[in-house]
Amino acid sequence: MPDQAPRPGAPPTTGPLMFSFVVRRILLVIPTFIAIAFLTFVAIRLVPGDPIEVRTGERGISPERLAYFRHELGLDQPVWKQFLDYLWQLAHGDFGTSLSTHAPVLTEFTTLFPATLELALSAMIFAVVLGVPAGVIAATRRGTFVDYSLMGVALTGFSMPIFWWGLLLILFFSVTLGWTPVSGRIDLLYYFEPTTGFMLIDSWLSGEDGAFASAVSHLILPTVVLGTIPLATIARMTRSTMLEVLGEDYVRTARAKGLSPFRVIGIHALRNALIPVVTVIGLQVGMLMAGAVLTEYIFSWPGIGTWLIESIQRRDYPVLQGGILLVSGIVILINILVDLLYGVLNPRIRHAR
Amino acid sequence: MPADRTAPAVMAPPGAFASFVRAFAENRAAVAGFFILALLVFVAIFANFLAPHSPVEQFRDFVRIPPMWQEGGNPAFPLGTDEVGRDMLSRLMFGARLSLFIGLAVVAASMVFGIVLGLVAAFFTGWPSILIMRAMDVILSVPSLLLAIVIVAVIGPSLTNTIVAITVVYLPNYVRLVRASALTEKSRDYVTAARVAGAGTFHIMFRTVLPNCMAPIIVQAALTISNAILEAAALGFLGLGAQPPSPEWGAMLASAREFLQSASWIVTEPGLAILITVIAINLVGDGLRDALDPKMRRS
Repeated sequence: MPDQAPRPGAPPTTGPLMFSFVVRRILLVIPTFIAIAFLTFVAIRLVPGDPIEVRTGERGISPERLAYFRHELGLDQPVWKQFLDYLWQLAHGDFGTSLSTHAPVLTEFTTLFPATLELALSAMIFAVVLGVPAGVIAATRRGTFVDYSLMGVALTGFSMPIFWWGLLLILFFSVTLGWTPVSGRIDLLYYFEPTTGFMLIDSWLSGEDGAFASAVSHLILPTVVLGTIPLATIARMTRSTMLEVLGEDYVRTARAKGLSPFRVIGIHALRNALIPVVTVIGLQVGMLMAGAVLTEYIFSWPGIGTWLIESIQRRDYPVLQGGILLVSGIVILINILVDLLYGVLNPRIRHAR
Repeated sequence: MPADRTAPAVMAPPGAFASFVRAFAENRAAVAGFFILALLVFVAIFANFLAPHSPVEQFRDFVRIPPMWQEGGNPAFPLGTDEVGRDMLSRLMFGARLSLFIGLAVVAASMVFGIVLGLVAAFFTGWPSILIMRAMDVILSVPSLLLAIVIVAVIGPSLTNTIVAITVVYLPNYVRLVRASALTEKSRDYVTAARVAGAGTFHIMFRTVLPNCMAPIIVQAALTISNAILEAAALGFLGLGAQPPSPEWGAMLASAREFLQSASWIVTEPGLAILITVIAINLVGDGLRDALDPKMRRS
């Protein structure tokens, strides 16, 4: 979703008004959350294939054992009761138990989530650090060769099937040049107990020779792959808002005051041009989670995406159900945070209330 | 402001469509995209006649033949053959048909349902509006590809189900867009005039208001086609979309992964086809947006 207009109705950022805004937004999340829970619950009951038969496989199972398993999993209850029980569990932080590993879904999620978060953050930093300057340069050189080249590259990135992009990068950098590893988060030579779950930090803390370098080299390609579409989107968005801002009176005033072009563009214009960009970055969070599924799948990155794809292959309903809920919950929360940030960045909205 | 060099001295003011075409034609990138897209559509429609071979026929004596410009290439298979000896060019041509069909089907479906739901939400405030918009919020809060994956996991992987899943994913965009523009248009004088003239609600919804909401919907449609093609390919790649031996571009990539090293063209070609198609559609989409957006139009 490129070039999306900023959302109206951004919040106040100070005082009791802001507090009530935050509370209202969070309360509104609850029905949405229940609706998602309901839909995944219903959807997954419609899947052909019995989870117990999948577990027992070809060997078959005695009717007594089958009944026992069905009872154990609560599958012998009426469906509406199963759903209410499910909501009750959710309210107590119980997101179910994986059918294949017997570990609580929430535990598996919190174990794997740092890997996805590390990848997503690194991709977002990559996208912002390259995308904003690229957009600014393109806008200030509007109509030149530089502008056309940058926007051509951005359009290509924006149109990229990232799973293919990942394969190409692996082919070129890993297979042909041998510069980066093909998959995983760190070389198997290194083992240490995770402390933060972030491989970069953990490998640094471990103090083992080469562990940090190995973690970095594993992160590079996935970062580029996942960051490509956000990078292109941010560059395009920055360019178009920058062009708008550069025509405004206050930019002309700043120029007329004799400020250096760097100050005019870097401070006066960019600050205002970034407001819609922040919104777009927020909207990218959902895209980022979707992209993470593909990126993790290609690079065998042990994160949420790989976990969810595997849960589908194993028909591990509770994992799929709980995983989707948790991912959606995080996306919703981040969108609220972006709304708040939007108010901080835009004084016009802040003072209007 | 570029003057219109070709315009005759005496001419009636251009109609909306003529000025749109002129604004679009001024954008060279958009025109280039349009011609690439036209070529792709041509190939897709006449794939039966253009393709040198059947997309599924396996030439067992010609397995993994490289493209003809590489050493060991065979002019009978201009772009080489895949891991079971199927002609890549023919598969790509039939794949164009599938990808463009998916894109169009998703747009048509999400547009029709989106317009109806969006108009209902705009005109029937109260519970229909609340129900529709809340439902759209729910769909929007699940990341797009994840939602498509779940839907396909439930209803089973196939080409048709891919279309259904992606349609659901893109529905909220249309509903929101249609509702927002319909709400603005609804309070305009011409709508009141139509109402006074005795037009019924449905007439006002579909005949009076809808035509005036079409510009943003058309721009959104171009974006949806390219995104739908990408997502369908992603699903195919994950093994959750079109199933082998279908020449769907994403599915072609899925089965080719293991030949990345030994026969890289099996991997590069379908991806390139996706990329070129999506770029062409996005160029056209950008051109449409600039030509339809009154702010951007140079007068």
